Order: sequence, then structure tokens, then C-alpha cells
Amino acid sequence: MVVKSYIYSLLLALFLPFAASAEGAAHAEHGAEDAGKSPSEIVVEKIMHHIADANEFHIATVGGEHISFPLPCILYSKTTGKISFMMSSQFHHEEVIDGYRMDHGKIVDAATGERNTFIDFSITKNVFQMLLGVVILALIMFSVKSAYAKRGNKAPKGLQSWIEPIVSFLADDVIKPNVGPKYEKFLPFLLSIFFFILINNLLGLVPFFPGSANVSGNIAFTFALAAITFLVINLNGNKSYWGHVLAMPGVPKWVLVILTPVEIAGLFIKPIALMLRLFGNITGGHIAILSIVSLIFIFGEMGKSVGGASLGSAMAIPIVLFVNAMELFVAFLQAYVFTLLSSIFIGAAVEEHHHSEEHH
Amino acid sequence: MHILAFKPMELITPDLGLVFWTTLIFLIFWFLVGKLALKPIVKSIKDRELTIEDALAAADKAKAEMQQLQSDNAALLKEAREESAKILKEAKEVKESIIAEAHTRAKDEAAKIVADAKLEIDAQKKAALAEVKNEVSKLSVDIAQKVIGRELDSAKDQQAYINSLVEKINVN
Repeated sequence: MVVKSYIYSLLLALFLPFAASAEGAAHAEHGAEDAGKSPSEIVVEKIMHHIADANEFHIATVGGEHISFPLPCILYSKTTGKISFMMSSQFHHEEVIDGYRMDHGKIVDAATGERNTFIDFSITKNVFQMLLGVVILALIMFSVKSAYAKRGNKAPKGLQSWIEPIVSFLADDVIKPNVGPKYEKFLPFLLSIFFFILINNLLGLVPFFPGSANVSGNIAFTFALAAITFLVINLNGNKSYWGHVLAMPGVPKWVLVILTPVEIAGLFIKPIALMLRLFGNITGGHIAILSIVSLIFIFGEMGKSVGGASLGSAMAIPIVLFVNAMELFVAFLQAYVFTLLSSIFIGAAVEEHHHSEEHH
Repeated sequence: MHILAFKPMELITPDLGLVFWTTLIFLIFWFLVGKLALKPIVKSIKDRELTIEDALAAADKAKAEMQQLQSDNAALLKEAREESAKILKEAKEVKESIIAEAHTRAKDEAAKIVADAKLEIDAQKKAALAEVKNEVSKLSVDIAQKVIGRELDSAKDQQAYINSLVEKINVN
């Protein structure tokens, strides 16, 4: 399996320069917009544009024409309360529809050029990739489930043997020891969160359509998962958990004045840490890979110097290869860390304290 | 520095729409895939583990039983062999005793026959002797008559004659 992963990441690394060259071509066409900007500034903009969400799924730019996958837009205006539906492909150049226009792949208020006057419930690039990931996972998991039903107690085969070691490891070595005796109740949640994060991490590493979107590195994504985890932890918290949070037993009254606010802050700090950790790691990975790939274009002075581009490629390709392999590892690691920490927090919330043994 | 086309704060500001979709998609995933696929998968793995454990235990048990059975068989075989040897030995003994009995009986019988024969012979002998005595006495009387019938010359001759007669008797 390790060898396969390496071959896979090698392939990824081979594809990345092509994806990047598509973007590089775009730079040349944006002559007017990019005029007077240094290559690094253009690169930074491109990278930031890539890691952000978008209302269309940009696939490639061929001969100055952007090829984008059209996505449905659902916009709720805060001022008028009107809900507008349209396809991202309906926006041509500076066209205004229902008071909205497209700006760098993102819908903005045509009047102000800002995004704060409406709520964007569109199926964005990230939502699209997220749905794709969920569909892939659902297909895999239901086929594996039926394989178990069909093959009974025979040895696992095919997809089963890919999923089984992961599921067994998580259930027996992560969830069970950390959550404690009531772990079975939390298995669906914790396994779901692991695979949900993992598939989005992995799809984000695919350098071309329909992957490449920075879903699990988007703060909204990690915020939503952290918020759900927060609810799961605290809605399942038992009496002794809340007792420990609100008034730690065995601690002098005056210490509680400090300790209780700290404990209450801790309730929120835990999910915030989960949120920021995943966001930072995945976004960081995307930025690292794109930055290294962009070295080719910076060295090549945006297509002006073939020698520079060759030198940049010679440097960047081995490094990108390595970073991609590392990101593949990080994809698994961060999904694991999120699941592990959630298990520990849930374990602390549902743990039964025996009153005979005094608190430590 | 030119104005960049991206807003750094957007990067760390959760977009409400994406929060909504992530929450919705994850909840659907959790309740659909998590509860209907992942949970049964874990259960299947657990079940199979238990089945394998049970099967291993059963195999061990069967092995032990097999060994027990084998040793039982061996014991049974040994017992049967001993039994047959014992039966054979007894049969031999019975045979020998029957032969010995027959032997003694035959001997007794023979002895009895011999004894009877002896008795018979004795009786015959006695009868024969008695007959001889009778014969002798008859002869004596005859001889005496003959002697008396003859002239007895002298006492001396008489005596000699008697003696010769007696001698004849003794010879008989």
C-alpha cells in the first residue's frame, strides 16, 4: 500500500505542472489587469484565488478563453430578501444579473462590488467537490457494506480490504480506547468525520477538475465540522463532566473564580483548535505546493525566459514531488488527528467518575 | 505595492453559505453513510472476529477430543487384546484340565479293570486250587486204595512207598 501511495503521489506531481501551466497561460492573457505587477505578486494572487472558494469551477484556459464548469448560484439578498437563481455560465464579462456580477470567479454585488449585501447559498466549487466526495464515499461504503453482507465471514476482498484496516484501526485503536465503554454510540459520527475529512483532503490534492478545490482548508468547512463536534461533545456531556467544568471538585473556592472561566473558555477553545488545525494544515499544503510550482513561472519571468523556466522546473519538480507525498500523508494525518481529538473530548465528556477515587 | 485582487480577511472569515452546505452535507453523510454503512461495517468486522475466535476455539476443542478419542481407542484396543489373551489362556487351561481328567479317569478305569481281573484270577486260582486239592485227596484215596490193595511186605517198604507218593503230590 505504501508503494502504491508513492506511485500515486508521483503521478500527482507529474500532473501539477500542467495544471499550473494552464494557469500560467491565463497570466499572459490578463495583460491589462496584471500590468505593472511583479511575477511574485501575480503568483500570490493566483494562489490566493486558488485556495478560496468560487462560484464557477475553472478547469483550464486555452487560447485566452477560460473553460469553466458552470455551477448553480443561489443568492439571498439581505436588503430585498429576494432569492435569485442562475448558472455561473450566464455571467459573461461584466454582465449584471439581478444586481449581481462575476468578479474573478466570485459573485459580487454589482453596485458595491462587495459580498456583504447578500448570502451566497450557491453550489460553489467547494460545495461541488464536497458533494462529489460524499457520493464517492457513499458508493464505496455501501458497496463494502454489501460485500460484508454477501461474503459473510470470508476474508475481505477488493475495496473491503482497503476500508477494513482503516475502519478496524479507528474503531479499535482510536475510538474505543479514547471514548471508553460507550464508544459504540459514537462510532458512526467519528468514522464519518474521519472519512469526510479524508476524502476532501484527498480530492483537494488531485490537481485538476473535479478535484483541486481547497475544501478542507476552507475555514467555513472546518468551522462547520468543529461546531458539530462541539455540539456532539457537550450534548453528550454527563453530570460529572459539567461538574468538572463548572466547579472542579476538590479545588478551593477562590481558585474556582479563575478556574471556572478557564474551563468554560476551554469548551470553546477545543473545537476552535480543531477548526484552525485542519484549516491551517490543508491550506498550508495547498499554498506550499502552488508556491513551489509557481517557482517555474517566476524563474521563467512569466514565459519570457525559457532557460529560467527550465531551471525552475529542475528545482521545483523534485520538491513538489516530495511535498505532494508529504501532503498525501498529511491528508490522512489530519483526518486522523481530528478524529483522535474528537474521541478524546467525547471520552472526557461521557466518562463516569467513581467517587471512591479522589480527583487528580 | 499594487492593490491585490484578493482580500486576506476573506480567507479566515467563514462564509455562511459554505457553513450551511458543509453542515447539511455532513449531517446527511453522518446519518446516511455513517449509520447505515459504516456502523454495519464495524459490526461485520466484529462479528467475523468473534466467528474466527469461536472457530479457533472449536478447532482446539476438536483436536483435544480427537486426541482423547485416540488414546481411548488405544486403551480399548489394549483391553481387547488382553481380553482375548485371557480367553485363550482359559481355553487352554480348560483343555488341559479336560485332558488331564480324561487321563486320570482312564487310568482309574484301567486300574479298576486290572483289580477286577486280579480278583477274578484269584478267585479262579482258589477255585482251581480247591479243585486240585479235591483231586489230590481223591487221588490219595485212590492211591491208598491201590496201596491197601497191594501187599505190604514190610514196614520199611511201606514207608518208602508212602514217601514216594507224597513226593509226587508235592511235585504236583
